[in-house]
Amino acid sequence: MTAAVTAAGATVAAASNLRPLLEVRGVTLQYKTPEYLVTATYRVSFDVYRSDRFVLLGPSGCGKSTLLKGVAGYMPPVEGEMRLNGQAITRPGADRAMVFQEFDQLLPWKTVQGNVMFSLLSSGKIKDRRQAEEQALRYIEKVNLTKFRDAYPHMLSGGMKQRVAIARAMAMEPEILLMDEPFASLDALTRRKMQEELLQLWDDIRFTVLFVTHSIEEAIIVGSRILVLSPHPGQVKAELNAHQHGHSSIGRAEFTSLQRRIHDMLFSDRIEEQESKTHG
Amino acid sequence: MVDRTLDMPPIRPEFIRGRLGKAEAGDVARPLTVVEKVANNNGVRKLSILIALVIVWQLYTVVLDVEPLMFPQFTDTMVALWSSLISGKLVLRIWSSVYVLVQGYAAGLVLATVFTVFAVSTRLGSDLLSTLTSMFNPLPAIALLPLAMLWFGLGNLSLIFVLIHSVLWAVALNTHTGFMAVSDTLRMVGRNYGLTGVRYVALILIPAAFPSILAGLKIGWAFAWRTLIAAELVFGANQGSGGLGWFIFENKNNLETAHVFAGLFTIIVVGVVVENVIFRNIEIRTVQKWGMQR
Ligand SMILES: Nc1ncnc2c1ncn2[C@@H]1O[C@H](COP(=O)(O)OP(=O)(O)O)[C@@H](O)[C@H]1O
Ligand SMILES: [Mg+2]
Repeated sequence: MTAAVTAAGATVAAASNLRPLLEVRGVTLQYKTPEYLVTATYRVSFDVYRSDRFVLLGPSGCGKSTLLKGVAGYMPPVEGEMRLNGQAITRPGADRAMVFQEFDQLLPWKTVQGNVMFSLLSSGKIKDRRQAEEQALRYIEKVNLTKFRDAYPHMLSGGMKQRVAIARAMAMEPEILLMDEPFASLDALTRRKMQEELLQLWDDIRFTVLFVTHSIEEAIIVGSRILVLSPHPGQVKAELNAHQHGHSSIGRAEFTSLQRRIHDMLFSDRIEEQESKTHG
Repeated sequence: MVDRTLDMPPIRPEFIRGRLGKAEAGDVARPLTVVEKVANNNGVRKLSILIALVIVWQLYTVVLDVEPLMFPQFTDTMVALWSSLISGKLVLRIWSSVYVLVQGYAAGLVLATVFTVFAVSTRLGSDLLSTLTSMFNPLPAIALLPLAMLWFGLGNLSLIFVLIHSVLWAVALNTHTGFMAVSDTLRMVGRNYGLTGVRYVALILIPAAFPSILAGLKIGWAFAWRTLIAAELVFGANQGSGGLGWFIFENKNNLETAHVFAGLFTIIVVGVVVENVIFRNIEIRTVQKWGMQR
């Protein structure tokens, strides 16, 4: 069963592109505070191929954000290596555009259009202001905010702010989009709408995204492939396929069984933990 | 046995509304009437208070026939103000004060920038800034005037020295605090798009910390203006061409009380213009427009 899944995955990957876009090999990331040292992720490995919707899934505190910060180049690994297109990742760069959970990721002193143009101009991706404006407007239209192009972030709802952040990152046309629980602060209805929009955009442009979430349902809906992480320290538990599932499959038997499987996988940790506590 | 059904809320029938009607009690939205608009206007309300105060002042001095040497009438004060304005004497005094103030303020800002850059880039700088600020902030700038006179003599240099002292610490402290408070998310956004060094400071840190920087600039200005007038009172007496402080001192010596009032009035007007026109406009165009301050 496991072998069959891997073999099928390999042929699909080989057909579309031979080399992974992003290779993460045995990466350990640590925080050093004055009092203690926290190992946030321990020897994590995974490969992201072009056009993947690759999801990092795990409970809070299992090092998902840390892993994303590592890939973004904010945190050097203490062990292992990360490569984008074969190049080692050493510093932040515009080829990996980040979308954060926090609404304050937009520059409050710039309009919607100004925020999107800011990324293009300050990274030097586009030097000409007119061209940057055109590119910005194209992506603002993709997230349906054309009417709000001159609004300042404080006038927008949470969902609209996240759409601006997504437009800003996508306008960069990065090699890979890094999204850290971008919909977690939204209400359920808006979240669902944003997930749909993201999938539509993917159909439209076929970007590659590394998407972090702690929601099993969101992982299955948004992801084409899911990396399940276990906490303390964050380690890889499994890598699963989810490309066949979307909103329409919620409640279907395969969807529910995958949900169940992941749930048990994450839950078994706690049972083991409790058992080792009672026995030890 | 207690009957639990008694604790339960009553069960009510469900209902679903069909078409919703228009709001009946009053309008949902309508333009305000002229009277409402005028009453809502801050300027109008404050102006009426000022007019009332002027009337009280004039009545008090006229009805009780107060000695003009002690407390001149409002009308006398206005006449004095007008005459010293058209004679050009008061304009010269205002110019003299503002000129020194601008020099001191600018020098203070430059030094504050240097300190803040040092404090942001090194830990020693940060320690130095916080130590110096907590030392010098409680020290009124005017207390340094005797020392300044000793070192720099009775010239503008002494005034500029105390002005720098009154601006520097407030601005440097506020700017540094503002930089420290910039969120990690915004910092990461800036670095994501390849900003480093001076560009990072100019395009991310300064705008993100602008509310705090502006507060520092306002406090610095307020300190500087008060300090300057006080300093001019002390040694304008030894100098031919002084500023507004000296104008007041000179007229008090000549027992021209109406002119003293005119001088005070001018100081207030300059202060109000800078605070409520210049700084207010900067606020409206920046932090308020950006929703970073109400
Ligand atoms: N800035 C930090 N300093 C110290 N420890 C941190 C810091 N950020 C996160 N951690 C720790 O690292 C671990 C992983 O955190 P994080 O990557 O934010 O998890 P997740 O995003 O999966 O919720 C947690 O145990 C957390 O306490
Ligand atoms: Mg997180």
